[in-house]
Amino acid sequence: MTPATPRTLFEKLWERHVVRAETPETPAVLYVDLHLVHEVTSAQAFTVLRERGLTVRAPHRTVATMDHSTPTTRGGFAGLPIRDAGTNARVAQVEQLSRNCEQFGIPLLALGDRRQGIVHVIGPELGLTQPGMTVVCGDSHTSTHGAFGALAFGIGTSQVGHVLASQCVLQTKPKTLEVKIDGTLSPGVTAKDVILAVCTRLGIGGATGHVIEYRGSAIRAMSMEERMTVCNMSIEAGARAGMIAPDETTFAFLRDRPHAPQGAAWDAAIADWRTLTTDEGARFDRSVTLDGDALAPMITYGTNPGMGMAIDDAIPHPDRLEDRSERENAERALRYMGLTAGDMLAGTAIDVVFFGSCTNSRISDLRAAAGMLRGRQVARGVRALVVPGSQQVKRQAELEGLDKIFIEAGAEWRESGCSMCIAMNGDQLRPGELAVSTSNRNFEGRQGTGGRTLLASPLTAAAAAVTGVITDPRTLLAAAVA
Amino acid sequence: MSGTKWKFESSYVRLPRENVDTDQIIPARFLTTTNRAGLGPNAFHDWRYLSDGSPNPDFVLNRPEANGAEILVAGQNFGCGSSREHAVWALAGSGFRAVISSEFADIFRGNALINGLLPIEVTPQVLGVLMQNDLPDARLGVDLEAQTLTLPDGAVLRFAVPAFSRYSMLNDTDEMSFLLGAAPDIAAYERTHPASIDTTRLRTHG
Ligand code: SF4
Repeated sequence: MTPATPRTLFEKLWERHVVRAETPETPAVLYVDLHLVHEVTSAQAFTVLRERGLTVRAPHRTVATMDHSTPTTRGGFAGLPIRDAGTNARVAQVEQLSRNCEQFGIPLLALGDRRQGIVHVIGPELGLTQPGMTVVCGDSHTSTHGAFGALAFGIGTSQVGHVLASQCVLQTKPKTLEVKIDGTLSPGVTAKDVILAVCTRLGIGGATGHVIEYRGSAIRAMSMEERMTVCNMSIEAGARAGMIAPDETTFAFLRDRPHAPQGAAWDAAIADWRTLTTDEGARFDRSVTLDGDALAPMITYGTNPGMGMAIDDAIPHPDRLEDRSERENAERALRYMGLTAGDMLAGTAIDVVFFGSCTNSRISDLRAAAGMLRGRQVARGVRALVVPGSQQVKRQAELEGLDKIFIEAGAEWRESGCSMCIAMNGDQLRPGELAVSTSNRNFEGRQGTGGRTLLASPLTAAAAAVTGVITDPRTLLAAAVA
Repeated sequence: MSGTKWKFESSYVRLPRENVDTDQIIPARFLTTTNRAGLGPNAFHDWRYLSDGSPNPDFVLNRPEANGAEILVAGQNFGCGSSREHAVWALAGSGFRAVISSEFADIFRGNALINGLLPIEVTPQVLGVLMQNDLPDARLGVDLEAQTLTLPDGAVLRFAVPAFSRYSMLNDTDEMSFLLGAAPDIAAYERTHPASIDTTRLRTHG
């Protein structure tokens, strides 16, 4: 008997879900285990179902929530002081989702539900995201769920319709990219810094056409929440998905979650999940290595997440880029940001700090931020917004008294949702404002027209909040120890 | 196969920027719509209009030569970022039928193909030539059936397009029909792969 060809984790996940294999003429038909739905990318898909007289094939594998355009102030839409045209459009959109879920029999965690939250926060929280699954959502940060050893990727609205109707997507097989990070992260260096360093290394399109598997001792040492932060931003390097093989950390996180298998089914599941690793000798199409020991807190200075730097470095010179259009791109980004190459970012005054988004709005993120804000004040003239990822995270934070720390420090404590990550719900920057955000995108105007975004970890964001300027969080951690 | 719809000639708009993300193609505040139609006027909104709402005369789409152009030529890694299909609807709603770049982001490419907006990948060299060509009336020829792109100087290049997408576009069929046709295989798969979750329990479990 010849030994089986060693396979990567991705290949194992892919093969498990092939309904029809790829041919030269047709893409593969891939089965979807969990379909997450939100208000912004689903309406037109339900319209197609209605027009074609179709039903939802597997409502029990589908769950919807409202997160992108919902208010994060108390009382939902009803609690808003003014109802303008924008609000009316948002109300119409979430009401449309309610009607669609009602008509097609899809469970909906609506605004006001105890389990509502950002779609990528609640899936894992409820135990719906499990190792070995395929997870899709009309949302590019679906890659978050790959932290559980799932093949999870974003799809467009037409594909949302495909999945609703057939529980399948058409896919051509992507390539594989190993990102290996060994070593131990220094104090003040977090999972967010790791993924910002990865994005900076690969560049914004550097992983296009690939699925990333994160490996190495620095990844193994991470909690599930940290792994989610890493996988979340895989798309920022252009990757189709990002994933981490499940291990004891994964199982411990999932055990006893509401939708995790129970009893004998749990034991069987664990036995199966243990096989979900890249075999010794399996080949990746590409490999990249980062030294975890050498990483510093990271921050972005440009207008895409690949334009990052260590916080104690000077802003890189576009001149270093050989390619003319790349250089022009970097110059344009600096002009938009109002920053000068060669300057230090540290010490730059900021206007807003946003704690939130599917990247960094989980309980450990809030604990990290609160730890730095405890006994300190948000600097004068700085607006700090804390938006928990889900109602469950919010309740947990309040149980621990984190809300009081934020409020006493002068920050705003909000209801769960996407909020200023995408600025669809009215939480937004004003033109010209400079923000440090724990979110994932610093594109022009992403957090409000004309707004300028610096992406960083919750620790770095908290350090900026209390000093009012870009600050290496390690200087404040040291102060706390001393 | 009817190739005529997918054999056309047009002037083109040059957008010499790399990494154009879908937030630029259609800013998030326009995503509250529940329709596909109507996004065209807001394509590239924050580049296209000044803060007072008037057209920015410097932006390529506002120049006279953009009138009637059905092809957009843009820098590397076009369509990166968010998965919003609204970006493709906005471009199609602006009259574009093809986008040419040296690289497309994965989700954008898939969305474009499904919606009959043809993504044509060319080498960085060809892209450079197309960007530098400053004759406002330069025209490009696209022939999907033959998979060829005719450059302003008459040179003919072949481009790659997934066979299935090409077939779907030329025959006006779609992915949905294909997937619905796979129902027997899907049912067979489901018999051997029972669901480990049941989201409908969410209705009762607080
Ligand atoms: S938090 Fe931001 S990135 Fe995450 S799902 Fe919401 S809008 Fe998208």
